[in-house]
Amino acid sequence: MARMTMIEAIRDAMDVMMARDEKVVVFGEDVGYFGGVFRCTAGLQQKYGKTRCFDAPISEAGIVGTAIGMASYGLRPCIEIQFADYMYPAYDQIVSEAARLRYRSNGEFTCPMVIRMPTGGGIFGGQTHSQSPEALFTHVAGLKTVVPSNPHDAKGLLIAAIEDPDPVIFLEPKRLYNGPFDGHHDRPVTPWSKHELSEVPSGHFSLPLGKAAVVREGSAVTVLAYGTMVYVAQSAAAETGIDAEIIDLRTLIPLDLETIAASVRKTGRCVVVHEATLTSGFGAELAALVQETCFFHLEAPVARATGWDTPYPHAQEWDYFPGPSRVGRALVETMEA
Amino acid sequence: MTAYEPLTLHVPEPAVRPGGTPDFSNVKIPKAGAVPKPDVDVDPETIRDLAFSIIRVLNRNGEAVGPWAGLLSDEELIEGMRHMMTLRTFDARMLIAQRQGKTSFYMQHLGEEAISCAFRKALSPGDMNFPTYRQAGLLIAGGYSMVDMMCQVYSNARDPLKGRQLPVMYSSKEHGFFTISGNLATQYVQAVGWAMASAICNDTKIAAAWIGDGSTAESDFHAALVFASTYKAPVILNIVNNQWAISTFQGIARGGSGTFAARGLGFGIPSLRVDGNDYLAVHAVAKWAAERARRNLGPTLVEYVTYRVGAHSTSDDPAAYRPKTESDAWPLGDPIMRLKNHLIARGVWSEERHRQAEAEILDSVIAAQKEAESYGTLHAGGKPSARDMFDGVYAEMPPHLRRQRQQAGV
Repeated sequence: MARMTMIEAIRDAMDVMMARDEKVVVFGEDVGYFGGVFRCTAGLQQKYGKTRCFDAPISEAGIVGTAIGMASYGLRPCIEIQFADYMYPAYDQIVSEAARLRYRSNGEFTCPMVIRMPTGGGIFGGQTHSQSPEALFTHVAGLKTVVPSNPHDAKGLLIAAIEDPDPVIFLEPKRLYNGPFDGHHDRPVTPWSKHELSEVPSGHFSLPLGKAAVVREGSAVTVLAYGTMVYVAQSAAAETGIDAEIIDLRTLIPLDLETIAASVRKTGRCVVVHEATLTSGFGAELAALVQETCFFHLEAPVARATGWDTPYPHAQEWDYFPGPSRVGRALVETMEA
Repeated sequence: MTAYEPLTLHVPEPAVRPGGTPDFSNVKIPKAGAVPKPDVDVDPETIRDLAFSIIRVLNRNGEAVGPWAGLLSDEELIEGMRHMMTLRTFDARMLIAQRQGKTSFYMQHLGEEAISCAFRKALSPGDMNFPTYRQAGLLIAGGYSMVDMMCQVYSNARDPLKGRQLPVMYSSKEHGFFTISGNLATQYVQAVGWAMASAICNDTKIAAAWIGDGSTAESDFHAALVFASTYKAPVILNIVNNQWAISTFQGIARGGSGTFAARGLGFGIPSLRVDGNDYLAVHAVAKWAAERARRNLGPTLVEYVTYRVGAHSTSDDPAAYRPKTESDAWPLGDPIMRLKNHLIARGVWSEERHRQAEAEILDSVIAAQKEAESYGTLHAGGKPSARDMFDGVYAEMPPHLRRQRQQAGV
């Protein structure tokens, strides 16, 4: 075990996998010599050489497209899109190609690759450094979508993603890179070293994709969250005094519906929280699934506390970001409904 | 007040529209044998002219002339002839099958047979093509089963792709034929990545990327050239310029660049232009580019100048946008006729042998068709199961798909 930030845990996962499997290659913009704008690949080129970890031209379609070709050859690319906000030029390659190679070729060609992208807001990133586009991936058959919330999970899930035979979108909440964040922007942020989930097993260790974690047991209401919102939800529960059961989904597709349904059947109430915009967000899928599987146990409508249906603003950061007060209000209203 | 006249938008137009007289006087065609053959390790800067000329081997008299001639034996040329004739016959039968309602869709290669057939013979086992939907000659010349191809076109019980793909979107890893996508140009950059992987693994295999003239306008074309250039990937970047992208003439995609081959020059990639209806020239250029890739000298861009004689697809009627007789006026002729004349000039072929070959090939294609139809056609006979629809989305079926399969009752 070692104490790590999320950045260190992600780097460690790639280090472990590059050492274990020479088929693992890492590339992206500024990923090689410089070690990434967030330091997630620092030292990897020095350790494994320029043909295992290298800088790419500024072309997201080129990065993902070449990685698909490499994966179909038999490599296991773990590539980086510098910000999730910049994945759109690669969206055709992700949706039309990576997601469908196995299906359309009846298994002749496969795409074992990971696309890492820093995601989420709460950092004054404005419109193009704050987006949470997970619903644009969960809607695509053939993709798996993972969002870790702490160093321990980040390492275990990234190793599982690299080993997975299918393409995995690995969204890293950059707000959590250096420490947990509960939405209280007016308070100093504590570093990961003060948090128990910064204890990360050394060497190879993986967590199964498709398994949620109950991060707070409770009996009053189920909160479905992932990424930064896991900490916001914890804060909201503490501040409202509501005995919420908080589930960190960790993987959106495949989804751990069993854990979700068991919890909602127990609590009878459900609040879904995410940073992404409301309409057609992943929360809509969660709300629908809860309604379908737990209808006769529900004592209140399923609530959603999410980002507003606007582009992510700059100055209005804390009016946009669904912080503890907004999530707390959703909890209270759901309890009173 | 401004000193300037109002701006106007330039929208390129083909020289002739339906009802007009076909005119290819603007297509500059050098004499066969006129273009030099550089060494494979040539400095790209010194062969820029090759992006603006056309490498040709067969002259009007059917003789193979110049520095690019002489690579193929009589037997190889006769084999190439049979591949092209087979592809044309295959196309003709599948076109009829589509009209008979045995499948929903087909795309033929009429006039472009030399390109994929001759190119395939320049590759080695293990090399990988990233084709478009108009390179089935790679499969025919690569020995892939015609029955399997037809079963794919029919989406029947023996369809290797289980009925999941549109007709002609073949896939055969074993035959170096990457799974075809409906999304244009995506495979061009994937080919570069595959080639990079081969280099990363210190392998000796090379990749071939394929694209049409129209699709060079897609951003993936440019991404492919950047990555191929940056990493000196062992890839042959093929552009099949058949003059037409459905109804859109090549000038819309090409703009003012002169030729499609010239696009490669800005990336420092050696770029050649070749007579796409000249089996010998296509093969010689393919060999040259493959040799460069194998010697780790990096990518080559090749523009094949040809003409799409047939309709874009079975859903298209070219009479709506180009003269009906335009293909007759195409100055580079017909690839099969040209190789036929050459073989006759070599004294290894005759009208009689040609007719005999036509009859044999027709028999073998019909036999394959009969067998394929015994496994069903799109609306009759055997078909893939509904269960097949749910398989292969992921390596292992996730719970939500299992639930949906149960709901579907299959």
